[in-house]
Amino acid sequence: MTETGVSIPALLAQNASRLATRHAYREKEFGIWQSWTWAEVAREVEDLALGLIDMGLVPGEHVVISGRNRPRLYMAMVAAQMAGAIPVPLYQDAAVEEIAYQLEHSGAVFAVVGDQEQVDKLIEASGEGAALRRIIYLDPRGLRKYDHTQLLSYAEAQEAGRMAADRLTIELKARLAALEPDSTCVMLYTSGTTGRPKGVVLSNRNVIETARASSEFDNLTTEEEVVAYLPMAWVGDFIFSIGQAYWTGFCVNCPESPDTLTQDLREIGPTYYFAPPRVFEGLLTSVLIRMEDAGRVKRWLFRTFMDHARKVGPALLDDKPIGFTDKLKYRLGHLLIYGPLKNTMGFSHIRVGYTAGEAIGPEIFDFYRGLGINLKQLYGQTEATVFITQQPDHEVRSDTVGVPSPGVELRMSDTGEVFYRSPGTFQCYYRNPDSTAETKDAEGWVATGDAGFIEPETGHLRIIDRAKDVGKLATGGLFAPKYVENKLKFFPNILEAVVFGAGRNRCMAFLNIDLTAVGNWAERNNVAYGSYQELSQNPQVLAMMREHVAAVNRDVARDEMLSGCQIHRFLVLHKQLDADDGELTRTQKVRRKVIGDKFEDLLGALYDGSEEVYTETEVTYEDGRKGQIKATLKIQDAELFTPNSNTRTAAE
Amino acid sequence: MLDVATDPGADQGRITGETLLDLRNITLRFGGVEAIKNISFDIREGEIRAIIGPNGAGKSSMLNVISGFYVPQEGEVWFNGSRRPPMKPYEVARQGIARTFQNIALFQGMTVLDNVMTGRLNAMNAGTMSQALWFGKARREEVENREKVERVIDILEIQHIRKVPVGRLPYGLKKRVELARALAAEPHLLLLDEPMAGMNVEEKEDMSRFILDVNDELGTTIALIEHDMGVVMDLSDRVVVMDYGRKIGDGSPDEVRNNQEVIDAYLGVSHD
Repeated sequence: MTETGVSIPALLAQNASRLATRHAYREKEFGIWQSWTWAEVAREVEDLALGLIDMGLVPGEHVVISGRNRPRLYMAMVAAQMAGAIPVPLYQDAAVEEIAYQLEHSGAVFAVVGDQEQVDKLIEASGEGAALRRIIYLDPRGLRKYDHTQLLSYAEAQEAGRMAADRLTIELKARLAALEPDSTCVMLYTSGTTGRPKGVVLSNRNVIETARASSEFDNLTTEEEVVAYLPMAWVGDFIFSIGQAYWTGFCVNCPESPDTLTQDLREIGPTYYFAPPRVFEGLLTSVLIRMEDAGRVKRWLFRTFMDHARKVGPALLDDKPIGFTDKLKYRLGHLLIYGPLKNTMGFSHIRVGYTAGEAIGPEIFDFYRGLGINLKQLYGQTEATVFITQQPDHEVRSDTVGVPSPGVELRMSDTGEVFYRSPGTFQCYYRNPDSTAETKDAEGWVATGDAGFIEPETGHLRIIDRAKDVGKLATGGLFAPKYVENKLKFFPNILEAVVFGAGRNRCMAFLNIDLTAVGNWAERNNVAYGSYQELSQNPQVLAMMREHVAAVNRDVARDEMLSGCQIHRFLVLHKQLDADDGELTRTQKVRRKVIGDKFEDLLGALYDGSEEVYTETEVTYEDGRKGQIKATLKIQDAELFTPNSNTRTAAE
Repeated sequence: MLDVATDPGADQGRITGETLLDLRNITLRFGGVEAIKNISFDIREGEIRAIIGPNGAGKSSMLNVISGFYVPQEGEVWFNGSRRPPMKPYEVARQGIARTFQNIALFQGMTVLDNVMTGRLNAMNAGTMSQALWFGKARREEVENREKVERVIDILEIQHIRKVPVGRLPYGLKKRVELARALAAEPHLLLLDEPMAGMNVEEKEDMSRFILDVNDELGTTIALIEHDMGVVMDLSDRVVVMDYGRKIGDGSPDEVRNNQEVIDAYLGVSHD
């Protein structure tokens, strides 16, 4: 690490002189892309940092940041760091109780937020005795009538900083100089598939070393354009939009609003792009649905050239030799289909694209690779400052997560759990030494909680499942629920699947239909429905689900080790699993245990052989009110297959 | 410890500004029918004033008198401190009164942006030639006005449909676009004729929030006709109640709620 690059604010100072007139941020506002150069960013950050010091921020205190991705909120994080404090970004859609816990746990004294909604939530969450002293907001709309003794606008805070500049600049310089590679850079709350969220403390060294290594891995330059749209509280966004952006000096673009994201993506045309598999799946589903509505000629063109793309595209990306006619046909396809399609999706300029978080369906992966988009997978977690493994160019496959990232060491435990040690390894869980000791041993090895193995021939890591989820069936067979769930979710009609079976003799599943895909199918086939619940229990939909489950069972049966994981019986849930109801994490991962407990009656009915089950479920609406939905769910038997052959055994 | 919660009762009966519009002894006849019978009331600067009443009470006629579409046979309209002579609706619009309609009156084939831009027509006066060539003054004007329109688009949160033709939008959004167009004219007084008619609960909640935002952020005085009593009582500072062309109540939502004549008009009484 160079002398000047010891902290994010130090990198900012470097960029402000090195790249003074280049754009650091853009945000679409009032229909126009507004931009900030690095020099302007440095000025704005300094003003805010001075303002924070003026209001009494002390080094080591925590500053909460919450709102949608906006340049000034990113700048607020750096301003907090500059003043010696620690930024703590929160999920903007978190419920009040979650925020209350994080406020209490972090002891945050200041908050910088986007708008009235966030202000309201923070006021509600900061109960009697909370440490929170001031809330600074960006958008004043609706806040005029609020009592402003502890509330002020971002512009006012910056103005206060400018006024105090003469007095406090020396203090600010001193605080900046006191930042070391080992001082805390940021604290991020992990979504936690179980229990309370934990505050992961990352040092400047963690963030900057990781940003440097990963930028070099993919040759990221100042020319990159990224679109910041994933939650600011997620470690990935922190690394992409702050770590790598400040290290390489590329430009971060913020959309106008969540609703305009697709248009904004198209206008920016990012060169470096990250999205969870969900986004790629959703996009593919919407493309396929629109193609169904297209004329016959267009449909034929699309099918013909997409088949060709799947055959040739990945090979082209990997620089493998292909025939002349194939190459020519691919060129033609690019002109007619691939180019325009990529353009509508905003993917025309992507040089490096990543997906992670969940397994991605091979068909989905091949679709995008076929189009010539260099989509790769990486494997990481908050505790590793994102990167554990990633796929180098030309070594991309849908079933592995790549080779260890630069500087990362991997080790497998006897039980098959993956351990790593890297420069990005987190410092500790904030105020939680027990959990820290459980996760990270004295030599710095961190347990990922995932079971996997390294392919001997390629050196790539393959992840099977969460280590604690991999269990045994009562019959002694291996139980890997995620493995089966992922196969189910690869069907566009299935949005979510939850498989149960640990310690039992058979596996059962809950399914969620994908309303977009199934709704479109219903429209096309004149199937009338009044609600999500009604559609989910439609006999034709259930038949469709039976086919999908049978297909998965056939696939699972091929692997002798996992053949016990075939789904014996399943039901389609009457409500969509939702983070607001605690069934998913904020990063949209299934919480199997919570769901199992909540729908105990349904699970019981699956195992006791009932034909249908009546249930009442409490749901939480977005505004926090509660309601009840009642439903009678029909339980479906699935077709089963004997291992290693395609002959059927009778369903029970 | 933070204590910045607002006082929930603060909005009720808040003190608003000077009288903006004063209607004095208005009578409106269509042939032998008296649609409005000798009604007087005023609208103060910065308030939200509701006009309610059963069907056929003369509410829309009242709004049409204010907007200049109907000229009352008797009575005076005072706006901004001076008596308004009978004038054409477009002249009234120039004075700073804008409105939305009960039935959506947008240009279906034009985009949202273009529709909202039409709200700025009164502020554009470049010559035909210069507009056709989009040169000089016309260009400057378009940029200035677009900026104003973008602020309205931002407040009403319709950025995502900026370039979508209005005909393709669902009903609730069309209503919002219509409000945007009226707001684009930067009116002193905004007349809303049943802004929530035909909306579901969620759309009504959204619309209520936008009406409050507009009143709060832009300081626009608002007169609205609405049938949803919950909405009216929550939104408005003062309420006028009409029945058969007469004014039967006038005051704060609470006063009106407890007015016997109003209760009778809504629930019906036997005329024996």
